Amino acid sequence: MISHHLPILQVIVPLLAAPLCLLLYDRFLSWCISLFASGIAFLIAALLLHQTLHTGVISYELGGWAAPWGIEYRVDIVNAFVLLIVTAISSTIIVFAKESVAQEIYAERIPLFYAVYMLFLCGLLGVTVTGDVFNLFVFMEISALSSYTLIAISEDRRALTASYQYLFLGTIGASFILISIGLLYSMTGTLNMQDLARRLPAVSGNRTVESAFAFLTVGISIKLALVPLHLWLPNAYTYAPSVVSAFIASTATKVAFYVLLRFMFSVLGVTLSFQSMLLSGIFLALGIAAIFVGSTAAIFQDNIKRMLAYSSIAQIGYMVLGVSFATVTGLTAALLHLFNHALIKAALFLALGCIFYRFGSASMNQIYGIGRRMPWTMTAFVIGGLSLIGVPLTVGFISKWYLVLAAMEAGMWLVAAAILAASLLTVVYIWRVVEAAWFKVPVQSPTANTGEVPLSMLLPTWALIIANRYFGIDTSLTVGVAPQAAEWLLGITG
Amino acid sequence: MGHFNYWIVIYLMMAGFYIMIVQGNLVKKIVGLNIFQASIFIMFISMGKVEDGTAPILVEGTTYYSSPLPHVLILTAIVVGVATTALALALVVRINEAHRSVEEDEIHEQDKSF
Amino acid sequence: MPNPIQPNLVLRVAGKMLIPIILMFALYVQFHGETGPGGGFQAGVIFTSAFILYALVFGIGPARAVATDRVLRVLAAFGVLLYIGVGIASLLSGGNFLDYDVLGENAIEGQHLGIFLIELGVGFTVASVMIIIFFAFAERGARP
Repeated sequence: MISHHLPILQVIVPLLAAPLCLLLYDRFLSWCISLFASGIAFLIAALLLHQTLHTGVISYELGGWAAPWGIEYRVDIVNAFVLLIVTAISSTIIVFAKESVAQEIYAERIPLFYAVYMLFLCGLLGVTVTGDVFNLFVFMEISALSSYTLIAISEDRRALTASYQYLFLGTIGASFILISIGLLYSMTGTLNMQDLARRLPAVSGNRTVESAFAFLTVGISIKLALVPLHLWLPNAYTYAPSVVSAFIASTATKVAFYVLLRFMFSVLGVTLSFQSMLLSGIFLALGIAAIFVGSTAAIFQDNIKRMLAYSSIAQIGYMVLGVSFATVTGLTAALLHLFNHALIKAALFLALGCIFYRFGSASMNQIYGIGRRMPWTMTAFVIGGLSLIGVPLTVGFISKWYLVLAAMEAGMWLVAAAILAASLLTVVYIWRVVEAAWFKVPVQSPTANTGEVPLSMLLPTWALIIANRYFGIDTSLTVGVAPQAAEWLLGITG
Repeated sequence: MGHFNYWIVIYLMMAGFYIMIVQGNLVKKIVGLNIFQASIFIMFISMGKVEDGTAPILVEGTTYYSSPLPHVLILTAIVVGVATTALALALVVRINEAHRSVEEDEIHEQDKSF
Repeated sequence: MPNPIQPNLVLRVAGKMLIPIILMFALYVQFHGETGPGGGFQAGVIFTSAFILYALVFGIGPARAVATDRVLRVLAAFGVLLYIGVGIASLLSGGNFLDYDVLGENAIEGQHLGIFLIELGVGFTVASVMIIIFFAFAERGARP
């Protein structure tokens, strides 16, 4: 009986945890609740993926109202895949959060932090699981508002302005999405994704639908931080608490990317987005621009956190590039990179969180020579970095491999060459960190508190690093699911 | 003038945008954001109006009703907007405490991050 | 704590007369929500407006005596829990999440109960969160 209710429980469990954290208002208990809720959510996501792989699409009608009228939660392979990675990352990060948060956030705000963290998770899962476009907007705003709060909870005053900036751009992005939902509703009279997809072909070519498409593309691109609209991202990631940077960097943009896929493929359809609206060309250009702008900017950063933030912008470029091909291989690459980049960035940001824990800063000249003093942390960072570059036997290799493959399949040799060239830029900025950590002489004499970080922080970091290696070698889960999801999005299998 | 509601919406939207971009005062930017959001609310609500339609309550003798759904959606969107405004104002209060200013350029002089 | 505005007889008397009426109106909107225009959101905000009026006229100190941080936090959390609780109750009684039909002996009774409880939860949360927001801003300015 309970298996029937899994889609709603996926959202309800974190939503239930948030008021409980508030009610108990205790640092340790709220951590326990969050960890428990996140773990349960992970289990549910795993079960959902299992169900969708074996029995196909799961549809759940809220309040027992039938689909086009009521709100429908709809889980297929694509969102089950995204749910799994989001909940997995969230659970790992919560384990890490206990020590890290205790140091970076004022003690009286910690229960609130966990409550907001759970709301953020709830929002992300809601966006992923829902089959109703307006419901998607509401959940998107829940997650966005919580993420502004999570960034501003930092002790650094620059986090406030970063959060303010993010709030404005995020709200404009969400408002654009709302406008397009309104226009689509005015054309079709429905908000259900399935129903929209059924009714839109009848009104294709209509200017209202086209402007809805334009608003949607711009709105999601803001949320996604696609290149000309990425300006909120570096500050937000840099000044947020380490845990928050890790969580937002590895999940928020991924879920926004999922929204892009869902709208472009499942709702608007390939014919509209890629044939009449030329999305391929736009995304190809923006994707490549994102890769080079992000990677180049990352090279010149002195703050490692900011460097990783710019690297995230580049990685979003890779994913968008994969979409631009609109082929099974391209989409597979995009979905693989969604999964893999979440693992890579979470691992790197957590390793950075360990450094921050010890030094209270993440600037390049602070970490001179710390490779000797924090070998475990820095080794983790190096492996994560290798994965980011795309060295074989790491996850980064798998997704870049498929991306290059997709580019060659489409006959775009220059694009394939550009992907490889951009990997070299990645080598440069990762090498700067490696050089600083292992080959530079420490500036100040080693103080007493510069040993390795507590085990509860090292373990999650290493769990993600091992996942990076594991999914780089045994690709049966990711490469098994991603092509199926890609075919599903393109409507090849029924 | 069949689409005059859209002209109002576009005017308000652009006015809101203009305020957000041009004003250096963080509180005034929030006012701009609110005007921008209000324009979307008006767009939705005016969309739900059916010509010659009455309020969507079952009464004998009427056949046309205005669509109530956009109103419900906007009720939710307004709540989201209220939360956004409250959060933005709270951020401005804290920015003011940290920087002793709510002017963009003065904050920029203190921290180059903005 | 900011001082109340100068004791003004007119304001105080008018406030004392208005506040109970506003509170009653809030409760009216709350409990007629399922049959007429109204509901938890509106009722919660109207309830808060009475509270804010009280705090403006009589000062934040006396208002705080009723609504401490703890009470507000518990009420805000309680409202959300009530909402989810109704959903889970309908889930346990064999329906889908928030399917009110299964809550009572027949569908109409169940819907009555379900909507009533949901709106109550919304009302609690909206009222307490609005009061929290008001206090958060009102008390902040007084700090040095």
